[in-house]
Amino acid sequence: MSDYIIETIRNGIIETLEMTVFASILSYIIGLPVGIMLYATSKGRILENRPVNLILGLIVNVGRSLPFLILLVLLIPFTRFVTGSSIGTVASIVPLTVGAIPIVARMVESSLSEVSPGIIEAASAMGASPIYIIIHFILPEATPSLLLGAAINVATVLGYSAMAGVIGGGGLGAIALQYGYYRYQKDVLWTTVAILVVMVMLISEGGNLIAKKKRK
Amino acid sequence: MAEVFKLNHVSKIYKNDGKEFPALKDVSLSINEGEIFGIIGMSGAGKSTLVRTLNRLEEISDGSVSFYGQDLSKLKPKEIRKIRRQIAMVFQSFNLLGQRDVLSNVMQPLRIAGIPRAGRKKKALEMLKIVGLEDKKNEYPSRLSGGQKQRVAIARALAADPKVLLCDEATSALDPKMTGEILELLKEINETRKLTIIIITHEMSVVEKICDRVAIIDDGKMVEAGEVKEIFRAPKSEAARKLVFPSNPFDPSDEESRLIRLVFDGLAANRPFIAELVEQTGKKVNILSANTKSVGGIGYGQMVVELPKDKKEQELIISFFKNGGLSVQEVNEP
Ligand SMILES: Nc1ncnc2c1ncn2[C@@H]1O[C@H](COP(=O)(O)OP(=O)(O)O)[C@@H](O)[C@H]1O
Ligand SMILES: [Mg+2]
Repeated sequence: MSDYIIETIRNGIIETLEMTVFASILSYIIGLPVGIMLYATSKGRILENRPVNLILGLIVNVGRSLPFLILLVLLIPFTRFVTGSSIGTVASIVPLTVGAIPIVARMVESSLSEVSPGIIEAASAMGASPIYIIIHFILPEATPSLLLGAAINVATVLGYSAMAGVIGGGGLGAIALQYGYYRYQKDVLWTTVAILVVMVMLISEGGNLIAKKKRK
Repeated sequence: MAEVFKLNHVSKIYKNDGKEFPALKDVSLSINEGEIFGIIGMSGAGKSTLVRTLNRLEEISDGSVSFYGQDLSKLKPKEIRKIRRQIAMVFQSFNLLGQRDVLSNVMQPLRIAGIPRAGRKKKALEMLKIVGLEDKKNEYPSRLSGGQKQRVAIARALAADPKVLLCDEATSALDPKMTGEILELLKEINETRKLTIIIITHEMSVVEKICDRVAIIDDGKMVEAGEVKEIFRAPKSEAARKLVFPSNPFDPSDEESRLIRLVFDGLAANRPFIAELVEQTGKKVNILSANTKSVGGIGYGQMVVELPKDKKEQELIISFFKNGGLSVQEVNEP
């Protein structure tokens, strides 16, 4: 491989990391509260509210059932509106975030549902308000499970970021497509694939390790 | 004596998918300040439902529950949360935060009450000292035994100086030795802090050990209530008899023989009355079961005996026991 290609791959790694990190953070900033709402408003929970739960659930389900590639195309006007462009690393962060939000929300909901009802009953009996119970009882108890979920989500976003490369998003995905598919340079293709696989593995294993350390 | 709780004709009907289930049926009772009040019944009788109406974790369908004269159903959510801080609760499954250490668990109610951090820590350490677990303050609950977890739960319950402690099957997950230790701790707290305690249990031995008064719940109804000593001596309802009578199966030598239960108090317990029976009347009885216990500091005992078949002999023996000051009851009474 030429120096030029090595340099390209190095930039690709950085771009992929940028997309993954920012999209993950942004998707949690929105997905975490949505997931908490989904959990808290469902039947028998502390803020039970059928209409809110149905509407949120519907939006999340629609978002989750759209294939990411379709979402990418659908979101082009929105992306251009937000970032001023529809190609490049920064532009890719928008569809990546939007695509990850419903996944994050469902993952958060499922982590919170694992918290024992007894703990919530004890908190209620202490005179804690619903918001207090969520912040000081449910979230801390669910932390190890939330971390495990986060590792899976980040790995998913990383995978999506490679797909975003198809629409001019940059990163390792774009390189794989450009060199591996259009120019048929197998060595570049396999190198980027190997790097992607290693990155996903590192994230998953890292997440597992942190979650395990956290679980008391 | 001030009345802590008063329940007036309380009913609770659970509604699920159009199906109705009456869990409490017209329960009326009152609990006094400073007493240890037992609520006993078989599993599914409605005990947990009843205790949860006391802090309105459960909304009632009919009747009223008042706490120091205040009707709970009239309170707004914010007001009921404030009341709940005065009504602490411990559970069969402990319900400690697994991801927080012991100290931080005990500090929770103080934090809810808005006490600053330094004050919280001081108070929590004080509570851990009372339950004898100061040295475990930095442990996580998963590393404690069941009895230790329940001690932490009790420390947590007492931290914010509640007026009442509700214990829902607090000892049911513990072995007999730990149960004894926890009950002793509760008794001590009741005496030193003048704390009203309500104990929910399905075990008569728990009631006998520490309760002053007891209510018996059967199938959602309160079938009997009164002094523990009285109910132990002469249980009136079928449910009470089932709980009071020894649970080991009697094994009479004859299917149709007459079994009686003798109950004696601290005074009579020292008398060798079976020997006296033989000496004075020449009659014999077959002892099927016997045990003595300490109820409220006084020795109590009961014995189930099988009488001879002859009716005249039976009457003679029964009148001998009755004259000796023992309470005599039929075991096979319908
Ligand atoms: N949320 C509920 N919905 C319907 N039935 C319930 C509910 N909670 C309890 N029950 C029923 O009410 C009865 C009393 O329950 P509970 O108070 O927990 O009994 P105990 O504590 O005496 O074992 C049981 O038959 C139980 O199945
Ligand atoms: Mg129960």
